[in-house]
Amino acid sequence: MCWPNSNGARATVATITLTRISKSFGATRVLNDIDLDIQAGEFLTLVGPSGCGKSTLLRILAGLEEPNTGEVRIDGRTVNAVRAADRNLAMVFQSYALYPHLTVAENMMTPLRLRDLSWRERLPVAGPLLARAKHKSLRAQVEETARILEIEPLLQRKPGQLSGGQRQRVALGRAMVRKPVAFLMDEPLSNLDAALRVHMRSELAELHSDLGTTFVYVTHDQAEALTMSTRMAVMMDGDILQLDSPQAIYENPSDIRVAQFIGSPKINILPGDVDSDGRISVAGMTLARRVSAANRGAISVGLRPENLKLAKGSSAETIEGTLVYRENLGSDLYLHLAIGENIGRLIVRAAPHEASGLNVGDQVFVERLRGEAIFFGADGKRVGAAGLKSNGADAARAVA
Amino acid sequence: MSDATATAAVRERSSDDQFVLRWSSREALKHAVLIVGALIVLLPFYVMLSYSFKSPSEIMTNTGGLIGLQEPFRDDYCVKLGNAAEDCMVTPVIYNYTTAFGKAPLLRYLFNGAVVTASIFFIQVLIALPCAYALAKLKWWGREFVFSMVLFCLLIPVHAIALPLYIMLSKLGLTNSYAALVIPWTISVFGIFLMRQFFMTVPDDLIDAARMDGMNEFAIIWKVMLPTAVPALLAFAIFSVVAHWNDYFWPRIVITGNRELFTPPLGLREFKGDADGDNFGPMMATATIIVTPLIVAFLIAQRRFIEGITLSGMK
Repeated sequence: MCWPNSNGARATVATITLTRISKSFGATRVLNDIDLDIQAGEFLTLVGPSGCGKSTLLRILAGLEEPNTGEVRIDGRTVNAVRAADRNLAMVFQSYALYPHLTVAENMMTPLRLRDLSWRERLPVAGPLLARAKHKSLRAQVEETARILEIEPLLQRKPGQLSGGQRQRVALGRAMVRKPVAFLMDEPLSNLDAALRVHMRSELAELHSDLGTTFVYVTHDQAEALTMSTRMAVMMDGDILQLDSPQAIYENPSDIRVAQFIGSPKINILPGDVDSDGRISVAGMTLARRVSAANRGAISVGLRPENLKLAKGSSAETIEGTLVYRENLGSDLYLHLAIGENIGRLIVRAAPHEASGLNVGDQVFVERLRGEAIFFGADGKRVGAAGLKSNGADAARAVA
Repeated sequence: MSDATATAAVRERSSDDQFVLRWSSREALKHAVLIVGALIVLLPFYVMLSYSFKSPSEIMTNTGGLIGLQEPFRDDYCVKLGNAAEDCMVTPVIYNYTTAFGKAPLLRYLFNGAVVTASIFFIQVLIALPCAYALAKLKWWGREFVFSMVLFCLLIPVHAIALPLYIMLSKLGLTNSYAALVIPWTISVFGIFLMRQFFMTVPDDLIDAARMDGMNEFAIIWKVMLPTAVPALLAFAIFSVVAHWNDYFWPRIVITGNRELFTPPLGLREFKGDADGDNFGPMMATATIIVTPLIVAFLIAQRRFIEGITLSGMK
């Protein structure tokens, strides 16, 4: 699909600033003093497990929920007291939230009618007669948007007659038609089937680059966050743990919870130990890199499945395990190994040809790729800037 | 009776993929109970319909089957007016129905009934929808308490408060008016309760979407909630209209003199206890005329009515 550029006439792109936003529902604190700068035109994803406060943050931004403290600013203007409709934002909901009694065209027309027409011009019969040109222009805008989204044949149908994917498009159309300064999306893809969801990811990313508008996207699916966003904010328990580009977050998670949440299959966390010289030993091996001796004691060593590879035979640098499950994704194979008691499971990525001879129950040796391990202290925070990779400077800034 | 046996049997798919009817005593018993229940409910209607067709002598002697023999009989009232006996021979069914319309201004009563029930329902909706919306979808201090008061009000029988209501209306000088028939019923706690339960099933996203689109709360009620609540509203309409169309008690209390304001059930009194005794034929014809609009309306709206009761209007 090809998205033509939006007309420049109303090219509006907003920066959104959230300052010290906190929110409680009764005794439950949902957001703890969140600070967030959303840059103009970026695709920012709020990602986290359910209940982390990401949807609440989006609703506060939209004006559907009031923060207990803090300030929401759009393009420098404080909008705390501005009602949702007047912030000129558009929202796409998980359940699409289309008006069931209106046709697709009427659904898409609704925000325009309410914004651009006076109550007299909205009257059923007299309205179109009073302001013929206005009504015509609204219809044209709806048709234009429908053409872009390829839903023109559906315009006269009711939402009940549409499939999930079509409803999704209509919901998107209703948001687009008002040319908002930012799109807010609350898990818009989670009601779609798997294939369509993957397809819509690329379409949304394309839509974003064509419209050039700010997107704020909420999801619990780390894959959506990684694939679409310019930057992503990983949220947990009412805090933003890390805010950075998807690549930086994947490679340099600042917190063990971020490392575990981002990436599929999950990162392997091995218990390690730091001696008084800062040397790290894990699973009977001593690593080449060192951390500051201040971290003496227990440490967690994170190794992504792709940072491990199968070894030909046993050596001082290998870990031995029993193959318990082969997760075949076609292009890659993830081997789940059972290691000794205090390590538990280890997931290793292998190319299909490497693992072709392996069966469940076999003894397997794996070795790690050098310099890829990441370390977390007992408090879960990242340890040891000494071992950071090329874009470590970015990560360090993000953490700072 | 073959129908009954057919329904009393269970349809099953046999191995060679053909429908066969199999006797099941369990199902038969169920249907027997239901048939007896249906007969008990329908019998008064049968009597009403049958009497509305028959001549007085057939009613007294209980002969003539369902519709009577329709043999002309002499209308004594007509003779009394000085007409020749030959001119006063009437066919029972025609006599009953023309008397129903002629002796009492039945059309006027039907009109009153329509005005009163329609006004009551209209104002009830006007009040119940915003209340139900506030109770279901808005958060405010004291909401749970107010809702429990609504539930509590459901328990109060109308007859218990009839006297205070009557005194209030008469002090205001409103007795013997449409207002007296309408005002006491305009706030329906049942309506509020029913619509609130329905609104609870409407997704919050839909309301948030409407707010983002720029609707205020009242616009949301009338333009979003009302259209989605049509099945529930229809169910409520049936309850409300049936109750107030058929109401004999309240109109009997507040309409004391003016026959122009009589509602249809009051019209039945016209045939009761006259000097010449009860006149059952025209009375039953009146009753038939009164219940017909309701039955027709129910049959038309039957499917949506049941939808509304089960509150499965929206996914």
